[in-house]
Amino acid sequence: MSETFSQGPGSGTGSGTAAGTDTATADGDAGTTAARRRNLLSGNRMLRPAAVILLLVVLLALPLYLSASWLRAGEFVMIGAVGAIGLTLLIGQAGQLSLGHAFFLFVGAVSYTVLAPDPGLRGENAELVSLGWPPALALVGAVVICALLGLAFAPISGRVRGIYLAVATLALVFLGFYLGRELVSLTGGTGSGRAPADLSLFGFCFCDERPEDLVVLGVPFGEAERLWYAFLALTVVGYLLARGAVRGRPGRAWRAVRDNEAMASVMGVPLARSRAGVFAISSGYAGLAGAMLVVWFGILKPDESEIGTYGINVSIAFLAMVIVGGLGSIPGAVWGAALVYGLEKVLELTVTSASIFGIVGFTPVLLTQFVYGAAIILVVLFEPGGLAAIGRRLTAALASTTEKGR
Amino acid sequence: MTEFLQLTVSGLGKGAVYALLALGFVIIFKATDVVNFAHGSLVLLGGYVVIATKDILGYAGAAAVGIAAAGLGALLVERLLISQSKLADPISLVLLTIGVDVIITEEIIRRLGVTAPFLGGPLEGAPLRLGNIVVFRPQLIALIVGVVLITAFFLAFRYTGWGVAMRAQAENREATALMGIRSSWVTGSAWLVAGLLAGVAVLFIATQDFSGAGLGRGTHAIALAAFPAAIIGGLDSTGGAVLGGVIVGLTEAYTAGYISFDFSESAIYLVMLLVLVARPVGLFGTRELSRV
Repeated sequence: MSETFSQGPGSGTGSGTAAGTDTATADGDAGTTAARRRNLLSGNRMLRPAAVILLLVVLLALPLYLSASWLRAGEFVMIGAVGAIGLTLLIGQAGQLSLGHAFFLFVGAVSYTVLAPDPGLRGENAELVSLGWPPALALVGAVVICALLGLAFAPISGRVRGIYLAVATLALVFLGFYLGRELVSLTGGTGSGRAPADLSLFGFCFCDERPEDLVVLGVPFGEAERLWYAFLALTVVGYLLARGAVRGRPGRAWRAVRDNEAMASVMGVPLARSRAGVFAISSGYAGLAGAMLVVWFGILKPDESEIGTYGINVSIAFLAMVIVGGLGSIPGAVWGAALVYGLEKVLELTVTSASIFGIVGFTPVLLTQFVYGAAIILVVLFEPGGLAAIGRRLTAALASTTEKGR
Repeated sequence: MTEFLQLTVSGLGKGAVYALLALGFVIIFKATDVVNFAHGSLVLLGGYVVIATKDILGYAGAAAVGIAAAGLGALLVERLLISQSKLADPISLVLLTIGVDVIITEEIIRRLGVTAPFLGGPLEGAPLRLGNIVVFRPQLIALIVGVVLITAFFLAFRYTGWGVAMRAQAENREATALMGIRSSWVTGSAWLVAGLLAGVAVLFIATQDFSGAGLGRGTHAIALAAFPAAIIGGLDSTGGAVLGGVIVGLTEAYTAGYISFDFSESAIYLVMLLVLVARPVGLFGTRELSRV
């Protein structure tokens, strides 16, 4: 399935040094391997668009069949996917490690809430700042603010490499944690938080108001159904933009800087600008995910400790998505999000008892953390290309068997 | 002035503990090129073993077993995971340690449940008074133990065969192997030593006077502060790690005293950012040069 998205014909021209053995790149396979794969898949040229269309049709039809709680689980996965796509560009394509993703998620959430109108649920708290922009514009604003903030981090992100950057970005998470508690007029404070405005576009509200107004094929469309489509659209746009960047000039520049700085600068790639740029883009994605998250939660509440909605644990969960999916692979990031965020929600929906296997404190969240912790270790040890590489290999095997069958 | 002295003493005590942790990072980084994000979980592991064995062995026995457990845990991570993936790039290995960290930390937190037990033991007691200055015992003992251990480490690093092998391997791995030094022995012992230091550190961290909180997620977060310490000093400088630890400890104490307690946690990271802006590889880190 993952093959369906990752490799269009002609996309195999990655950086010059990344050979077919470089499993860390999804789109970086150059030369013979890609050519061979293209031959293998030539018989399936019709299969690929067909599979994409089928997947989209299924995704569009799901709200007609699934209950609201399952839809909300799916929406949570989409939030993860958007954030993970941004992070995989940074880590996989540009070779920069960031633990600050949760901070930009938080900034995105706060920006959306502050820019959008105050829903007025807590009128007694008059000191809350609210700019009253249309929510759709506030969403865009949140992305822009996060991207600019990411750009403002350029003195660090442009100069500091790899692991040093990981620890440097850890600083952002702690800073966000502190500011979240201090700037009560923006965040609502840790005690009660504040409510974000419902997402709406040209007067159409993605919320529960008067669900009887919108009935599709006998299914009343409430908030869960409406948000599904909004989030799906945002995810698809994010996906396509990232794919365009990876296949185009920026992606080649990132991979060149990642693989060989000296070569990249000789080829005319400005190192600092390229690194700072990908960091800003990654931050923008995180901001979008954060804005989606706060709409999904229906409340903005800063964390009370380092572990929380926007804590280190979230940064690590996003890292896990990206690693398990396969570093640098955009479809991989989506699959990683499905595993890390999807598993947690599915377990929460299916497990009714308080603890799994009768072990005290063995919650769905804990089991998910064990699974992705183990998945990270297994992926690094045995399959550095992650789910994306497994998917590629499966489709290649599938293609070769269908080829033989002819 | 009294307050300043008071904060300095307290900051030095904290700094000694951060220095122990940061030294562990640096030893591991020098020997295996891995930045060990699982360090916080090793700290928790040591602390948990102390809690679990305290009633049977008494404090001193439990502390010894806890320190050994943290060291052994580190050794196992190196032997079972890191040494099995020599071909992986450093970033992948960092990610691997994050996976290890998640699993160990979550399991220990689950076992602890809602309790956050203090490891105090004989370390805690009535604070000492030197004139107007109050010295909390864990901080004073941490300072003494820190100075002793760090001195011992540097002597060993400088004069023993082990130290020579460590430094040789950090300089040039292939040449060291050709000289007949077993690489696995060097990397394994590096992780072991780092784990032992983490096991010592937790005895001080999870006390009333040091952090005000028992063993739990907070301990893990405090152990993370050793990261800025190591980065400030430079990831491949052992001396830098000690200085970084002291800088972090003092920064935390001064900001908590003069500005606000909430700010102190962010302040150490801000100091690290300032250092990184001026020197992207830390104060004493080696600049990577690329030859074309």
